[in-house]
Amino acid sequence: MAKNKERIDMPRQEIKERIRNFEEVAIGYTEEMALLEAERCLNCKDATCIKGCPVNVKIPEFIKFVVEKKYLDALKKIKETNSLPAICGRVCPQEEQCEKSCILGKAKKPIAIGRLERFVADWVSNSDIKEELPKIEKKNVKVAVIGSGPGGLACAADLALLGYDVTIFEALHKPGGVLVYGIPEFRLPKRIVEREVEYLKKLGVKIETNVVVGKSITLKDLFESGFKAIYLGLGAGLPKFMNLKGENLLNIYSANEYLTRTNLMKAYKFPEYDTPIKKGKRVAVIGGGNVAMDAVRSSLRYGAEHAMIIYRRSRQELPAREEEVENAEAEGVEFHFLVNPLEFIGDEKGFVKQIKLQRMQLGEPDESGRRKPVPIEGSEFLLDVDVVVIAIGQTANPVLLNVTPEIKRNRWGNIEVYDEFGRTSMKGVFAGGDIVTGEATVIQAMGSGKKSAEGIDQYIKTGKWL
Amino acid sequence: MYQILEHKTIGQNIHKMVIKAPLIAREAKPGQFVVIRSYENGERIPITICEKDPQMGSITLYIQEVGKSTAKIGLLKKGDHILDIAGPLGNPAEIKKVGTVVTIGGGVGCAITYPETRAYKEAGNYLIGIMGFRNVSFKILEDEMKKVCDELYITTDDGSYGQKGFVSDKLKEIISSGEKIDEVLVIGPAIMMKVISDITREYKIKTIASLNSIMVDGTGMCGACRVEVGGKTKFACVDGPEFDAHEVNFSLLMKRASMYSEEERLSYEKFKNER
Repeated sequence: MAKNKERIDMPRQEIKERIRNFEEVAIGYTEEMALLEAERCLNCKDATCIKGCPVNVKIPEFIKFVVEKKYLDALKKIKETNSLPAICGRVCPQEEQCEKSCILGKAKKPIAIGRLERFVADWVSNSDIKEELPKIEKKNVKVAVIGSGPGGLACAADLALLGYDVTIFEALHKPGGVLVYGIPEFRLPKRIVEREVEYLKKLGVKIETNVVVGKSITLKDLFESGFKAIYLGLGAGLPKFMNLKGENLLNIYSANEYLTRTNLMKAYKFPEYDTPIKKGKRVAVIGGGNVAMDAVRSSLRYGAEHAMIIYRRSRQELPAREEEVENAEAEGVEFHFLVNPLEFIGDEKGFVKQIKLQRMQLGEPDESGRRKPVPIEGSEFLLDVDVVVIAIGQTANPVLLNVTPEIKRNRWGNIEVYDEFGRTSMKGVFAGGDIVTGEATVIQAMGSGKKSAEGIDQYIKTGKWL
Repeated sequence: MYQILEHKTIGQNIHKMVIKAPLIAREAKPGQFVVIRSYENGERIPITICEKDPQMGSITLYIQEVGKSTAKIGLLKKGDHILDIAGPLGNPAEIKKVGTVVTIGGGVGCAITYPETRAYKEAGNYLIGIMGFRNVSFKILEDEMKKVCDELYITTDDGSYGQKGFVSDKLKEIISSGEKIDEVLVIGPAIMMKVISDITREYKIKTIASLNSIMVDGTGMCGACRVEVGGKTKFACVDGPEFDAHEVNFSLLMKRASMYSEEERLSYEKFKNER
């Protein structure tokens, strides 16, 4: 039988259907599809895809197991370096990482690594097979992980595998960080996050929710109570606003609030769930990143007749993943390019009713390499809206850092780290993810969490600091 | 899970709850709050910490029933558990010896003026307390306040207890009696804080207000609680909750507090009908 050559498309919910529900858009490969896709892998000796992966998943080896229908072995192979495959398979930007370096990509489309990774994780979880846990030799040394986002989870998993007694402290009531409050159900179902968190618990990781480190407990307290090292995976966690007139009008949300109400608090199930949200018929989301796409696609599902992206550059400069932009376009999101908000205008009760926008044109490239938007004088116009979501990024959350002056920060308020393992200026404290780099991706945070786990192991063994 | 050690219902709908929360009891300082979620489908709501007992590992909260979430908390009994409590959140009050301090509490706002009044007293100030309630059935913390105030006045809107009228009437009376006031603390409904702050502005008396905005996470992550102070946007949860009252845009605070009034009413009605 001739080998399949074409990349197998991901089956998705019909557009008409999916914009009315919060269920996952991508349905996932069937076994047949996965087998057809897996057989495309050339099983390269010098596998460039592995180098493209921030956590170096042994991609050709796991795909070979898929070809042999040994899905449990495939999962074990992935988990040698990645404890959260069902999540990564869904939300990693593979096109910029592993798949970008796939040899097949030169002539045809690269192998769908993310889709196969997801298939393997989901297949095992949906089967009756009991995933045996790796044998762990317990060390009886306590390590604290602050924050249960992707970086914290990855760090905790690796430390647990190395035998450490790991406790994760999470400020919110559910573990997962951005995976539960930020990324919508339709891209990453919360039961998937719960499943991966359960796996960590089986590895022996303890999770303490509702602990706001810096408020409920300090880093000093943790060291005094016997923790030998601490990983800070705090995330970014303080939304940016634009400092425009009218920005505090009612129905203007930060993306964090809009998404937290939706994902963590399940406002889309109001009044079954108590947390409300303003649904809106004309919803404007300001910004062009992945978070903006998540917000605008959520607004469609809330029933917006006009779900709009307001972006000051052009389509080409959108920082969101191409796939997310395409999904948004397919679902009917209206993109307003080259416009910038100047002011928000409210009604007599204080609800936002219009945005004053100014048209822009692209000028010379700025320090980010993207062409800088330049206002066009006299081009102001008004756009009718009833809900606005500001998705222009976040800065470092000050809660823990304000009470921990020992930890040096850079001029953007992010934590300064002094080596590849994330050593900070405070002995025994490592940091990684968005709180160090500024906003990045889930897998980048995981990569740094893993790197810090390695550094923590080394530090505990040698006592060596900077 | 956080066990309820004591639950006393005051008047019609104020619940005094003593809850086991050792970490919070150890760290809490006057002026701070917790965010609680009482059951799986519940909202996260900010509640100020009234008292703490580090030995017992407990905190005392006063919760007024105003909607579904708070009504459901009110149904919990001694021995039951609250699902989630995070805290202590917000900045502690800045309390110094300044001379004569008037602390003004309105309704359940008294649950936060009380620990601060005590702290002001312990710092060596002369304390005048004013507590205002709609009527006698909403009265809380009178005995506790008596112990820490040099003078204590109570007003009710209908005259069913203490002096008939508003806390602002009493404050005006005190000011016109020639009493030199060095600082005023006011905590209660936004409209009350606004009225008080307008009075003290005229007399140039430093005034602190604790802002009760809508919050979700309570740790600076969402910005639901943003308020305008001195023309700048601040987050009540991490920059506050206490601010210089003369700089606060109370009219915005009131509007933002009413943002979900329609949804809240719907949810509460549905809940009451189902019971």
